[in-house]
Amino acid sequence: MSFIVTFLNGLSLGGVYALIALGYTMVYGIAKMLNFAHGDIIMVGGYVLFVFISLTGQPILAIIIAAFLCSLLGISMEKAAYKPLRGASPLAVLITAIGVSYFLQSLAQIIFGAAPKFVIIADLGVITFGELVIPVYSVITLAISILIMIALSLFIKFTKTGRAMIAVSEDKAAAQIMGINVNTIITVTFLIGSFLAAVASVFYLLKAPNISPTFGSKPGIKAFTAAVIGGIGSIPGAMLGGFLLGIVEVFSNSVPAIAPYTDAIEFLILIVILLVRPTGILGKKRREKV
Amino acid sequence: MALLEVKDISVYYGVIQALKGISFTVEEGEIVALIGANGAGKTTTMQSIMGLNHPKTGSIYYNGERIDNIPTHKIVKKGMTQVPEGRHVFQELTVYENLIMGAYTVKDKEKIKEDIQEMFKLFPRLEERRNQIAGTLSGGEQQMLAISRALMSHPKLLLLDEPSMGLSPILVDEVFDIIKHIHSEGTTILVVEQNAEKALSIADKAYVLETGNIILSGTGKELKNNDDVKKAYLGG
Ligand SMILES: Nc1ncnc2c1ncn2[C@@H]1O[C@H](COP(=O)(O)OP(=O)(O)OP(=O)(O)O)[C@@H](O)[C@H]1O
Ligand SMILES: [Mg+2]
Repeated sequence: MSFIVTFLNGLSLGGVYALIALGYTMVYGIAKMLNFAHGDIIMVGGYVLFVFISLTGQPILAIIIAAFLCSLLGISMEKAAYKPLRGASPLAVLITAIGVSYFLQSLAQIIFGAAPKFVIIADLGVITFGELVIPVYSVITLAISILIMIALSLFIKFTKTGRAMIAVSEDKAAAQIMGINVNTIITVTFLIGSFLAAVASVFYLLKAPNISPTFGSKPGIKAFTAAVIGGIGSIPGAMLGGFLLGIVEVFSNSVPAIAPYTDAIEFLILIVILLVRPTGILGKKRREKV
Repeated sequence: MALLEVKDISVYYGVIQALKGISFTVEEGEIVALIGANGAGKTTTMQSIMGLNHPKTGSIYYNGERIDNIPTHKIVKKGMTQVPEGRHVFQELTVYENLIMGAYTVKDKEKIKEDIQEMFKLFPRLEERRNQIAGTLSGGEQQMLAISRALMSHPKLLLLDEPSMGLSPILVDEVFDIIKHIHSEGTTILVVEQNAEKALSIADKAYVLETGNIILSGTGKELKNNDDVKKAYLGG
């Protein structure tokens, strides 16, 4: 019976990983860069929640503000740090992204100190069905992340901006001659990715109510791993990779003998998948026809 | 005033100079051909006009307005678009979705639907494959799609970069018939070709590009009968 609960918790963590992985994968697909500061947006979201819950005691209001400020941060980050490097070498962009990451972490440390802060968004408790004890947190996280992923998929498939995102990720020059403003599409991509990171910060704090300046590092690395496992650049890939990693992590942690090796197991899966399929599970090779 | 005026542009890739100060004009209603061997700079010229690369010196005017310093998407809004070399259809989108992308600058949704029906009349083969993923189309079908996608934006000036590349002789004829048809509907055409024979036979005016310089110009007919052109581009 505990299998069902473990599986549900795995799906729930997977949903959070998927939301973060989507940010990595969309930015990679469209701006062709790895935004290593993506995880730190989760951290900023956490501190915004901390500040506004402490100030107002209104979790919903704090969540809305966090989503708004994180989206704004994502857009500003792109405009200030990455846009000037359009066309520069990938290495320069990567190093800049690492720089942005350190900048945000240091800023958080200067403002809030290195010691963790305590934030309670809500105490959700558990529901019991006979022998099943299900954390409400897991159910809500899973449900909301699935809803968000469905909404995002519909947005990309059926709206003009969504289709323009596909076009830019596939062929930037061809997208431009359709009349698409690539800069606008990149801005939208950062906005969506950062919004998803803010949502992820809410889920993280619902589970464990502590926030510190390096709060975003681990989820960032894990979600990046998920994005690569699924095939970086692929939206369904990020979702699949996220769920896969979440389930593996929770099951591995549930067995005391192997729990200490969870991270190693996850990265081993990454290595094996990349050996078998260098593009990730759903990553695509370019089809070229002349 | 010429619809398009290219004035003494030079384009560099790093230290390589791909265009060495070329000038030419396209008048409204004309078909203008740009011919030349591999690496002559034809694609570079097309990309400069579209704003995909930026000349180091010189200028480009569309309708009297300078366009060499504005982004591609704004140039498209002014009424110009391109069928790029190698088609560049969106491989992961369906035929129908590719056509919708072509109409990105068109606001009126009803009009877009009507235009797609028009395209299907022009290219019945695309209609049969409307829900097929473009990456799985044959080369010829992709070329048809690339042309109709470009037409979806109702360009006043259409740039075609090697539309006959990789097509069987029958398809080449078909593509050139279509270019003539598009022209007869009022679109001005600038076409780059290695198939000089075909291009010169439909062109009002043509330019010969050789390693970044325009070495000859004239009417299509004149160039077709020019001995140098015959020797270099028409197989003797
Ligand atoms: N992105 C690039 N980087 C460096 N050099 C380039 C680039 N694009 C083109 N060139 C060089 O510029 C010159 C002109 O190339 P261009 O593609 O314009 O030729 P073309 O006339 O279109 O040839 P083709 O008929 O083979 O398409 C060539 O020498 C080419 O190697
Ligand atoms: Mg070319």
